[in-house]
Amino acid sequence: MSELFDLRFLADHAHYFLFIVLMMTGLYIVVDKTNLVKKIVGLNIFQVSVFMFYISIGKVSGGTAPILPMDDKFHVDTEAMAGIAYSNPLPHVLILTAIVVGIATTSLGLALIVRIREAFDTIDEEDITHIEQDMTREDNAKHGNAMGGMA
Amino acid sequence: MAVEPHTVEHTARTLMDHLPVLQVLIPFCTGPIIVFLGSRRLAWPLAFVASALSLIVSLMLLWQVKDGGYIAYTLGGWEPPLGIEYRIDAANAFVLMLISLIGTITLPYALISVADEIKRRDHTLFYACWMLCFTGLLGMVATADAFNVFVFLEISSLSTYVLVAMGADRDRRALTAAYDYLIMGTIGATFFVIGLGMIYMATGTLNMADIADRLADQGANRTVRSGFAFVIVGMGLKIAMFPLHLWLPKAYVFAPSAVTVFLAATATKAAIYVMLRFTFSVYRPEFTYATNTLEMIFLPLAVIAMFSASFVAAFQTNFKRMLAYSSVAQIGYILLGVAILNETGLTAGIVHLFNHGITKALMFMGVGAFVLRAGGSFYAQIAGLGRQMPLTGAALVIGGLSLIGVPGTAGFISKWYLVQAAFERAPDNPMYLAIAVSVVLSSLLAVVYVWRAFEAMYLMAPATDIRAKEAPLLMLVPMWVLAIACIWFGIDTDLIAGAAAQAAAGLFEGSQGMLEMKGAVH
Amino acid sequence: MIQHHLILRVVTKLLVGTIIVFALYVQFHGDFSPGGGFQAGVIMAVAFIIYGIVFGLEKVKQVFPAWIVHKMVALGVLIYAGTGVVSMFLGYDYLDYGAFSPHHPTHGQHWGLLIVEFGVGVTVTGVMVAIYYAFAGRPPAISDEDW
Repeated sequence: MSELFDLRFLADHAHYFLFIVLMMTGLYIVVDKTNLVKKIVGLNIFQVSVFMFYISIGKVSGGTAPILPMDDKFHVDTEAMAGIAYSNPLPHVLILTAIVVGIATTSLGLALIVRIREAFDTIDEEDITHIEQDMTREDNAKHGNAMGGMA
Repeated sequence: MAVEPHTVEHTARTLMDHLPVLQVLIPFCTGPIIVFLGSRRLAWPLAFVASALSLIVSLMLLWQVKDGGYIAYTLGGWEPPLGIEYRIDAANAFVLMLISLIGTITLPYALISVADEIKRRDHTLFYACWMLCFTGLLGMVATADAFNVFVFLEISSLSTYVLVAMGADRDRRALTAAYDYLIMGTIGATFFVIGLGMIYMATGTLNMADIADRLADQGANRTVRSGFAFVIVGMGLKIAMFPLHLWLPKAYVFAPSAVTVFLAATATKAAIYVMLRFTFSVYRPEFTYATNTLEMIFLPLAVIAMFSASFVAAFQTNFKRMLAYSSVAQIGYILLGVAILNETGLTAGIVHLFNHGITKALMFMGVGAFVLRAGGSFYAQIAGLGRQMPLTGAALVIGGLSLIGVPGTAGFISKWYLVQAAFERAPDNPMYLAIAVSVVLSSLLAVVYVWRAFEAMYLMAPATDIRAKEAPLLMLVPMWVLAIACIWFGIDTDLIAGAAAQAAAGLFEGSQGMLEMKGAVH
Repeated sequence: MIQHHLILRVVTKLLVGTIIVFALYVQFHGDFSPGGGFQAGVIMAVAFIIYGIVFGLEKVKQVFPAWIVHKMVALGVLIYAGTGVVSMFLGYDYLDYGAFSPHHPTHGQHWGLLIVEFGVGVTVTGVMVAIYYAFAGRPPAISDEDW
């Protein structure tokens, strides 16, 4: 267990701690906040924590940006390439895709919120729940007497 | 470094070689084409042709792999594990067939239902979204690249949220249903990505077969285990596995009828396939933590789902909501089959995946027809409609019997396999006897909730004096195709059970490995 | 029409052209240096969005009508998928750019990437502008005069 308190260990794994803290912050906001927009913000923080996690695992120590050096005719300069360490570009590419997905999710979520505000006149989850409960009660009063009011 | 002109060895691909990618590509191109043409009249025909074509493609694929083996396809000519690979074997060919079958059958039904429930100006975009959802589901099943699964998962999820929200023309609660689904679905998908990140950290690859090989080499460690946990929880949200099912009833109830039919029959099924792929091919059952997860977590949750969701379903006053809860219970059966962890159990799970798909599609179609005629799906609103719409009513009765698992219907076959699988394990562990009994007992609960619907349809006095007309032909034909399928697959068991057994055997063998890959196209 | 914010309006008019040129630069250098369709598309969309923010939605819709935006969203995806379909018809795998220059696969890949990235750029521009139009086009809860 002593290795847990090893400062060196902590420093080496700092990005994991950051990732977990951010992730939990995001999840907490999603669960706790009743404002729908804040929930989307929480979801964003949650997703960004994953992006950071991916990008941090793509880092090669001493590695530079994975761009191949070119000579003046735009051909890959193999001589200049030798001896350079590159960071792993694959996680970056994956996260580029995930960021696009994140944007789509955010804008779709916000669009839904706009529609919800137009339909319910509020973006607070508790108010919406009350309105929906009333609607369900009305439905039941109107149709729930099926099966002799057993429902 | 200049590249001199030279002859590059290349054998031209034929259309048959392209089948795996065509499966996904045809609907994928159709979505944007519908938007680009922007014609309301062309949207539906295009979508239907695309679905029919992908059904043909999926049948051809299933035909090629039904006796084992697999078809590999590399995208962009990049060799896996670097490039993205599509790999079709018996298991995913089967699920692809289910998805494209349901897609093709539901579209004729959707034409009238959508015209009734959704504003005219949204029809073009509706069918474009439908095609994207279809693409996403097919893609996440066809691909053998773990990250590609996430991308297709999100394509299907995002379009699903839109499709669910389109129910807002009838009931504004569709918006909050879509929003809740969006939050839950995104958390699920993000968990899945975290899991993939951990697997990538441990193995340095994203090709499923390659991951499996490298995991087998390095054995279990903490990264790999937590990756597994994240993948399972993430997919569990998408599947609506018992405690993670909260988004499902609301989304199914308030979505437009046609969307509910499509989602209930395909969306959760594709996610179940992905979970099977990860638990059996990527992580092997030999890993004790994978086995333990199935036995210690899936098994009890599946049994709880079977009982609690059926129990809740029995108390509903809304036909659609009852069916939604019944879906949660039926997903419990599928997971139970998987968690019994023998080949019969897995076969039972896959057979039930198919049988529940067609049964639930049939049931939701019937309810959709009632909604079209009566304006709602509360029992009080559909009272007596079974007598006024005899053909719809009869199809619903067949679906209901199949949902209960009456002999002679498709539902019976899957429950038979389930009980058989439980008995196979019973000699070692008497607990499985109790599980076999619980399958039968929960079917009794199904009798209760299906009976309540039948009672409303046939025995109760109609709510209004106006006699409801029979459902239009375009809705009746898909319904009866599925109803006949329910009976057909309940009598002729070889076809589906044979394909499912092959799929289960393939999954149980685990991955076929990377080395055999070279030139594996047969 | 509101006639204040003189500095903003002048600077915007100066900037819009530059932003578009920069977007095109990022777009067409994407295949051998950092850049590409995603980034270029977003930068291109920024040019229209900033114009819309400063001069109003109606003005930017005169320049870039909503129906063109919708077609662009679909067109870009079709360019991308179509590239793959062409390579399929040439007897290669889907999206195998080697097909465009059978004796010189590297050149073929340059061509393929250029076309595909163009498709991405078109779609991303369209999507970003469409999102802006969709949100800005909604009637506000409180109109500007109520303040």
